[in-house]
Amino acid sequence: MSKFKKKNKVSENIPTSALPDIIFMLLFFFMVTTVLREQDLLVEQRLPQATQLQKLEKKSLISYLFVGKPKNPSLYGTEPRIQANDVLINTKDILLWVNQEKDKLSEAERDQITISMKADREVKMGPISDIQFELREADARKLMYASTGKVQD
Amino acid sequence: MPRKKGRVSQEVNAGSMADIAFLLLIFFLVTTTIASDKGILNILPPKQDPNQPPPEIDLNERNIFKILINANDQLLVEDEYLDNTDGLAEDVKSFILNFGAPDEEAIGLYNSLPQSLKSQVNRSPNSSDHPMSGGAVVSIKTNRGTSYEKYLEVLDQVKKAYFDIYAERVGLTTDQYRTITGKNAAEKELLDRGKEGIPMAISIAEPDKIGGN
Repeated sequence: MSKFKKKNKVSENIPTSALPDIIFMLLFFFMVTTVLREQDLLVEQRLPQATQLQKLEKKSLISYLFVGKPKNPSLYGTEPRIQANDVLINTKDILLWVNQEKDKLSEAERDQITISMKADREVKMGPISDIQFELREADARKLMYASTGKVQD
Repeated sequence: MPRKKGRVSQEVNAGSMADIAFLLLIFFLVTTTIASDKGILNILPPKQDPNQPPPEIDLNERNIFKILINANDQLLVEDEYLDNTDGLAEDVKSFILNFGAPDEEAIGLYNSLPQSLKSQVNRSPNSSDHPMSGGAVVSIKTNRGTSYEKYLEVLDQVKKAYFDIYAERVGLTTDQYRTITGKNAAEKELLDRGKEGIPMAISIAEPDKIGGN
């Protein structure tokens, strides 16, 4: 038996000293890509899917409107509502809200404001077109229908 | 020189480093929502003056590609019933690139198109005159009860038709063309060269009050 004994046995341990580095790399990736949700969503959000998505260059110009059924129907009813910042607003208040958002931008950028409308896929076109009408009134004409990517076949 | 004999190892024990990093990693994995600032861009028409009636624009029937979506999410495209949007982008594309009755400018535009697009020109007298402004318009009309999802699906297909044309003009694939944002001069030039002379004429009509509230 001793014939087959290996003389220089190779160490069988996998070197794990680089493991923390790998984990840190992953950690940094997630730290950089993460956006902590700064506001609670009061409405349901299942974004529709689309293929022809575009990205916007300047994030500071984007303001978000959330549209969908309220998560708390006993308090807010079951009809689709609009959420801006932290509160549910009525269609009439959009004008005021847009002007507030515009005030946050510098003078030169004001007419470039983009509204990203995150509407639930269950919403009907009625409320959507009311919002669009108000946005036209407020002269915030760049509108983005937020949607998620669809796998193309 | 006196030397210590029983020297203590000076390395910090790094064995638990991975565990700590794992803990942080899991925290960020759970809290993360990868920002999705993607969507379909739409430019709304300017505000209507209530004292002035909307401007009358004379467009021939053949220059308008009509898409109606009713409250049951059924489609009526150019007076034909459809129940899905497959192939809609192709129809829109051949409508835009019809060149039925081009004027002098439009002939110049036609000559500037690459061969692959020229071969798609049908020159049918029943379809659009030319793709320049005053020519082909795609009109989307919905009911108030139409679902947002269906509307976006149709808008998506119409956008696809335009992006296909733009991309083919500059020799890119549609996906490549869409991802360029025009952040530097070279990209901007490419964007403009694709769009030049073919404006994205998508008209979204005020929905009528069927099936909604």
